[in-house]
Amino acid sequence: MPPLAQRNLFHDKVRLTVTLTGIVFAVVLIVVELGLFFGFTVTTSNLIDHAGADLWVTSPKVPYVEMGVPFSERKLNQIRAVPGVGDAEKLVAQWTQWKLHDGSQESIQIVGANPDSPLGRPWNLVEGRAEDLKDPDAVILDEIYKKKLGVTHVGEVFEVRGHRARVVGFTRGIRSFTTSPYVFSTFKHGQDFTSMREDQTTYILVKAAPGADLKQVRRGILAQVRNVDVYTTAEFSHMTRFYWMFTTGAGVAVLIAAVLGLVVGFVVVAQTIYATTMDHIREFGTLKAIGAPNSYVYKVIMKQAGISAVIGYALGMIVSFFVVQASQKGGAAILMPMPMAVGMFFLTLAMCVGAALVSINKVTRIDPAMVFKG
Amino acid sequence: MQPAIAVRQLTKTYTEGSNGTLALSGVDLDVHSGELLMLMGPSGSGKTTLLSIMGCILTATSGSVRVADREVSSLREKDLPAIRLEHIGFVFQGFNLFPTLTAGENVELMLDLKGTPSAKAKKRAHELLDQIGLADKYDAFPSDLSGGQKQRVAIARALAGDPGIILADEPTAALDSHTGRNVMQQMTELAHQRGRAVVIVTHDSRVLDFADRIVKIEDGAIAAPNVAATLDMPSLPMRGLALHMPETGLSLA
Repeated sequence: MPPLAQRNLFHDKVRLTVTLTGIVFAVVLIVVELGLFFGFTVTTSNLIDHAGADLWVTSPKVPYVEMGVPFSERKLNQIRAVPGVGDAEKLVAQWTQWKLHDGSQESIQIVGANPDSPLGRPWNLVEGRAEDLKDPDAVILDEIYKKKLGVTHVGEVFEVRGHRARVVGFTRGIRSFTTSPYVFSTFKHGQDFTSMREDQTTYILVKAAPGADLKQVRRGILAQVRNVDVYTTAEFSHMTRFYWMFTTGAGVAVLIAAVLGLVVGFVVVAQTIYATTMDHIREFGTLKAIGAPNSYVYKVIMKQAGISAVIGYALGMIVSFFVVQASQKGGAAILMPMPMAVGMFFLTLAMCVGAALVSINKVTRIDPAMVFKG
Repeated sequence: MQPAIAVRQLTKTYTEGSNGTLALSGVDLDVHSGELLMLMGPSGSGKTTLLSIMGCILTATSGSVRVADREVSSLREKDLPAIRLEHIGFVFQGFNLFPTLTAGENVELMLDLKGTPSAKAKKRAHELLDQIGLADKYDAFPSDLSGGQKQRVAIARALAGDPGIILADEPTAALDSHTGRNVMQQMTELAHQRGRAVVIVTHDSRVLDFADRIVKIEDGAIAAPNVAATLDMPSLPMRGLALHMPETGLSLA
């Protein structure tokens, strides 16, 4: 088959540029909007998903992780005694105030846990070690909040609710969905930095023993420990995500933006592909006039759409990659997990093919007699 | 011998909303293999409509159209492309070459439509371009060809499918007189030496002398089935004759 589709696309460089720009714009727009949605979703439950626990024990009716209500830490021993519990640790997660060198204050969320346990420790450290939290007054925070909290380097000393706080390390990519950054410390320091009593904890994180049935462990905890709720990590993560994304309306706005991105992207691609097809409408008329069946014409149009999709996707992903990278340094995370990147390919292809179908509808109705009109 | 095209009591009405415009009415016409027939008439007389119906591009409102001994007026629209592909080659006033394909690829495209394998199509396209004197233009894009060369490529494309019928709409209208005559020379050769039935719609009085028969159409009906016979011309073809027909507005140079 003579390369009609390829030639139609590549012959007119200006048209090709316009076509690909439209597709690239659509791809980047959708990646950014969907990436923001994913970013927001992941950010809201970051702490839960990375705490390393199988079960979260909370005060009754805690709706999401930031709303933890302190309860007696004595329940820790009761929980450790439940069959199937491999490890259990206290976790303090409370709002408090960080005092900058200039005297101003910023709201933060203290996350304090036992630094000797894998449960509730900071992750993705780019400077310092989690064990450094055992140092007196040690705290670890994320590098993206350095500026917000006035931190320039490890070793700097600040004040948190009247207590000394010394920065011993930085993490990367641990964002808070709220405007208050997470600051990691030991459980003891966490209690000091917040208004919690010494005999209280906000959560107890449970790691099931190897081979233990998680449902049974949960039932055991609920049977033996009063006035607590027990959630699996997945459940608590979902509750927190749902709260921030839908109960507050913040996520709905992002979701609507993502859907709008899809719609606008599709319209842009449809318009672009349609215009490209219409540019060659006379040639399609000629093809039909000289005896080409509709299927032959469709093949040419589909091939054009497919090639446009592949090139537009590739270029769009390159641009998106830089946008995603740039977002890592900003306040709002745009995430592009591999399934989303792969899905974008099929979405781009679907958009282009869908747009081509609109064009085909028009081409189907071409009167081949048009070829006799001059 | 059966005519290549036989049209009987052909009527075509264009409808737009509740309005109908009669384009052809009661047309009878036979076109034989080896004959070069010209359709002439004023604008809007129905000659292009007749060509389109004979070419299975338009369907008739009523009447019979037989192409290569097959009744096509009763065929569904989706079956017509196959008839066009099998039996009819088209040459258009505006050449209608694919501007993004080379001359050779334009010819190959027609062969591809007929299912010719790529290598064989390439070889055949070379042969066809060679036959029309454009062997060296295989890789040239239409934009690099002169009007005459484009029309010759269009003829090669029309021939690629090896059709028994060639329908041409004003094939010389966009060409200068010398080039137009060259193109007509090739059309004549197609009819006389290769036995094709060639129908040409034309306004171009400079090429009338190539016709074996001139049919004049007026107001959707055949006004003169053989202009030369009406005017008591001795015989056709009329090549070399100088003729002026004030009553019809035709002149042969």
